[in-house]
Amino acid sequence: MHRTVFKSRWLPYALVAPQMVVTVLFFFWPALKSLQLSLYRVSPFGDKSTFTGLDNFTKLLTDPAYYASVLNSFVFSGSVTVLAVVTALVLAGLATQKIRGLVIYRTLLLWPYGIAPAVAGIIFLFIFHPAYGILPYFLSFVTAYDFNWLLKGWVAMALVIVATAWTHLGYNIAFYIAGLLAIPASVIEAADVDGAGPVRRFVSIVFPLVSPITFYLVVLNMVFAFFESFGVIDAVTKGGPGQSTEIMVYKLYRDGFIGLNLGSSGAQSVILMAIVIALTVLQFRFAEKKVTYR
Amino acid sequence: MSAVDVARMERAGVRAAVTDAPRRWRIPWSALLVHALLIACIAVVVFPLYFAFVISTQNIQQVVQRPPRLLPSTHLPENYVEAWQKSDMGLMLRNSAVMAVTVAVGKIVISMLSAFAIVYFEFRGRALCFWMIFVTLMLPVPVRLMSTYEVIGTLGWLNSYQGLTVPLMASATATFLFRQFYLTIPNELAEAAQLDGAGPLRFLFRFLLPLSWANIAALFVVLFIFGWNQYLWPLMITNTEAMRTVVIGLEQLIPRSGTDLPTWNLIMAGAMMALIPPVAIIIFMQRWFVKGLVESEK
Repeated sequence: MHRTVFKSRWLPYALVAPQMVVTVLFFFWPALKSLQLSLYRVSPFGDKSTFTGLDNFTKLLTDPAYYASVLNSFVFSGSVTVLAVVTALVLAGLATQKIRGLVIYRTLLLWPYGIAPAVAGIIFLFIFHPAYGILPYFLSFVTAYDFNWLLKGWVAMALVIVATAWTHLGYNIAFYIAGLLAIPASVIEAADVDGAGPVRRFVSIVFPLVSPITFYLVVLNMVFAFFESFGVIDAVTKGGPGQSTEIMVYKLYRDGFIGLNLGSSGAQSVILMAIVIALTVLQFRFAEKKVTYR
Repeated sequence: MSAVDVARMERAGVRAAVTDAPRRWRIPWSALLVHALLIACIAVVVFPLYFAFVISTQNIQQVVQRPPRLLPSTHLPENYVEAWQKSDMGLMLRNSAVMAVTVAVGKIVISMLSAFAIVYFEFRGRALCFWMIFVTLMLPVPVRLMSTYEVIGTLGWLNSYQGLTVPLMASATATFLFRQFYLTIPNELAEAAQLDGAGPLRFLFRFLLPLSWANIAALFVVLFIFGWNQYLWPLMITNTEAMRTVVIGLEQLIPRSGTDLPTWNLIMAGAMMALIPPVAIIIFMQRWFVKGLVESEK
């Protein structure tokens, strides 16, 4: 949809030019190069490349280390998503009750979004620190289990999940508060008159009404955890211990930048591209639905 | 939720009451319970930041003492000064600020212009431009990691502000937000401006721009945070001290080996300095922040 008012031969092109230059030079061209790289074997210094067809893909798909990183990615993004979305819904539900102080509560709940995941990771790194951390200290009274993220992969994973979910909570809460405030009081009151208690009201009325938002946030949190969480992994665990927090993006970075395995990193890029396309299509099928709502 | 839904519900027999009914206090303790629950949850959410602040005010003996000390101490000034000097914090904060502001302003300008062209002109390739902008959503940095690095290298932009900012300026979400906004402006405004003899550029700067400030402010807040918190991009494009941003510089302060002094008080002081600008922007520009977040994703 658009409106055509102005006529000019050159002006529209001049107006879209900056966006197009950046898009082609830094998005399309490199993406095509990644596709091309994935079909070649390139020597570490980039001076020689041989066409090898789907070799890079077959190598990846038969490599247990790659499967481990795929599994880590899904465990990581799935947990971040569930934790950040469910907590946000509960908190937004509480904050939009008919009580005073919505603005204050909202402020207190939103701000973690400003914290870079890497900085959040560093704060949680100290909270989880095996020697000085407050969490292992208090847990030591409850159990003799050694909550040392340097030794136990799952503790390291929990650490990066909690730190990432913490920074993303504010984002989800902002959406849920906007959605919950848009539900007309009359709907809630009608349920009230029918004798539904607060929990029943929430489960059978409020939750279905915000389900489009929930769906949207689930997709968006997945994308975020998949593609924007490099910082927290790099700043905190560097993929370790062993490979236990090596998510796909981190493996791609390691293989490409440090291992200089350009062919394999190209193939990994292409697989990630497929994932982000799938997630974006999901997201926009929802957006279309929402457009017809309005 | 939208007006259509509401109408549908009302048609379905739901009692159409006054929408903003007065607050009812049927059971007083239920409100208290909600407050108590909220305060408890907020305490959990705020705790990591509180703890980071507390640690940043302690000396190293207090940092490692058992049981952990949960109250602030008196060493705030010297910790912040030492963290500032030890890591060249001033330079890193300046780099982060330059990056965040340039990316935000660049994205806004570029998106505003291209959305204007797409909404108000008919030209060959309009649909193609629109789809190309849309497709950038599906090309986050990781899926073009090595080849983007190559392009930046070819341009000679490694370790430069251009390399740090220009490639991040294409934005589908900002373009869509402006497009959406322009479409809500009645066509008559453009026609009237035309009758008054205003050309397209005059219309954009004299009529559309003044109407867009709320959107621009909202986008600025969200994009500033996006730019400030970048990690993979600056890590890849820069490797000199002079170009280091604060989010990356902080990681290098962490004592990794057992022989390093556990200077966590200095790291937490650095973390506080790295997170205060974006968090302050959210708190003081909360209205714009929420608007920018919720609307730019539509």
